[in-house]
Amino acid sequence: MSAVNSPRVTSDERRARFAAVVQRYGVLIALALLVLFGALRYEGFLSPYNVFTVLGYNSMFGLVALGMAFVIMTGGIDLSVGSVAAFASVVGALLSPYGLWPALLGAVAAAALLGLVNGLVIAYLKILPFITTLAMLLAARGLALMLAKDQSVSVDYDHGFTTLGQGNVGGVPFTAILLGVAFAVGMVVLRYTRFGRHVLAIGGNEEASRLMGLPVERTLVTTYVLSGALAGLAGVILASQFGAGQPTEGLGWELTAIAAVVVGGTLLTGGSGSVGSTLVGVLLLGIIFNILNFENGRGTISLSAYWQSVIRGAFLLVVVVLQNQLGRARSATRRD
Amino acid sequence: MTRPEGTPTPATGAPAVTPARRAARRSPFGTLLGPLVALALLLVFNAVFTPNFLTVQTLNVNLTQVATIVIVAVGMTLVIATGGIDLSVGALMAISGAIAPMLFLHPPLGSPALGVTLAFILPVLAAGAFGLFNGTLVTRFGIQPFIATLILFIAGRGIAQVFTNGQLQTFNNAAFQYVGLGRPLGIPFQVILMVLVVALFAWIMARTVFGRQVLAVGGNEAAARLAGIPTSRVKLAVYGISGLLAGLAGLIVISINSSSDANQVGLNMELDAIAAVAVGGTALTGGRATVVGTLVGALIIQLIRYSLLARGVPDSAALVVKAVIILVAVYIQRARR
Repeated sequence: MSAVNSPRVTSDERRARFAAVVQRYGVLIALALLVLFGALRYEGFLSPYNVFTVLGYNSMFGLVALGMAFVIMTGGIDLSVGSVAAFASVVGALLSPYGLWPALLGAVAAAALLGLVNGLVIAYLKILPFITTLAMLLAARGLALMLAKDQSVSVDYDHGFTTLGQGNVGGVPFTAILLGVAFAVGMVVLRYTRFGRHVLAIGGNEEASRLMGLPVERTLVTTYVLSGALAGLAGVILASQFGAGQPTEGLGWELTAIAAVVVGGTLLTGGSGSVGSTLVGVLLLGIIFNILNFENGRGTISLSAYWQSVIRGAFLLVVVVLQNQLGRARSATRRD
Repeated sequence: MTRPEGTPTPATGAPAVTPARRAARRSPFGTLLGPLVALALLLVFNAVFTPNFLTVQTLNVNLTQVATIVIVAVGMTLVIATGGIDLSVGALMAISGAIAPMLFLHPPLGSPALGVTLAFILPVLAAGAFGLFNGTLVTRFGIQPFIATLILFIAGRGIAQVFTNGQLQTFNNAAFQYVGLGRPLGIPFQVILMVLVVALFAWIMARTVFGRQVLAVGGNEAAARLAGIPTSRVKLAVYGISGLLAGLAGLIVISINSSSDANQVGLNMELDAIAAVAVGGTALTGGRATVVGTLVGALIIQLIRYSLLARGVPDSAALVVKAVIILVAVYIQRARR
């Protein structure tokens, strides 16, 4: 809840809080039911192989969604994450002959730089976040294609670059560990740091935050840098997992990330939200696709890859409509 | 926003009159002056530095390329005038482009004439219906326009790909392709369509009740509602119109290409259209719109792209340039307010 709301608790607000709780646990219950369904219906659904494949693959969406969660909590949006990730995958692939760390740090720094541009334009030139990041969506794609000379860039296999995406510790893929660590840090940052409080306060009421002397511009810039850097990390994982930097990848990632954030109960208007529920949202979407894959394998349905984006869109549709119905009271109290 | 109880509402009425009056006094030519100067400079620059620029062929190439952007951007202008945005236009073009060949390649009742006729009508109506879907999400469910249209931005192209199974549909159908390749009196047919669309909507925005309502909704929706304007219906209509125009543009694109590729038709069109609207001088915050400005804006963007290509700048770099243009145009918009 935003720090700037009046202390009076009206019945509307109580209803709103109830709605938030319903949503938060509703998603968790939905996830649990899906896992149960999968475990009962498919052999090997809970096998370490399947679990880690799902986690490994969805770590990219998870990282992007984590950055998106912070951006959305400030009341903004970052539509550029997909092409920033593609850009980072190309940078990572180009730097891969120098080893994992230089490639990783270089690519993440390059992506963070694009996030910095987003943040500076949004915070200081006051251009709407979705316009700014839509322009960056275009620009990052252009930069990726320029660097990659319009084709995918294969990575160097000899200097350890692919360990990030393909390696594991005792069967647990690095990417899954990275995902867990990132979300743990994200939770702590949101809940226990000044930056986290500032993010929520700005999303709740930017003008009031400014009047209270909070560093609004700096916080906004930091959030977009964070989102860019996490998208960059996802891009490096992409290149490392598939062995190539792919300038045309990342289409529709922003949709997946936004859906995951929203299904977790974070309001698109900003000012409230949860990092943990965002992870649940990512896993929910990941498991839906995993189940569809199993069904495809069984031959009960036959869905081409093209259905993926339709399903993602439908998922976001259901989520925003449901959130709207649940949270009507919430938005009513917020809009005064 | 929570206002402490007991504090009187500040009288917002008095100071608000001045900017409104200033806006009213500003002639339509006034808002168009900047874009027109930019367009003139680009024309002079190219006339001097680009070889073979002042030829009928160059003119035709540029006009045929800009026609689809203008047609889509006119719909976008209306949506933006209500304070909304439509990110789904490119995907709707792909849907319309995917449906049309199915109709004339496999004509219903075995009648080619019927197939072509339906190929002109049904895809456009389908795109319009998807536009109404966007509008419903915005009006009935209160979802922010960019999120509401983001759904079809991604899923719409997926729907087009599912229709065609991702396959390229190639064809050669003179009757249908007249919309993209016809040249009555030597003028490309889509350019005529473009001029008609611009003229129609410039008239609607300037002279009809609906045009006034669109601006009123974008200027202050609550006030418009209190004034008895059916705000939901107006918003629903602009998203529907945007869908219809995107559908029309989709038909033109596939006619020019003699093929329909669901992965490519209308790709990045939403950005071109938004850029044209912003460069043309329509405020992205709504309440003010100039359809003729959008035409000028689209011409500016087209000329910049042409100048870059004529100098051998690769497409990928042109994307970056376009992104910068969008931001600069929007920033100038903001500064003027």
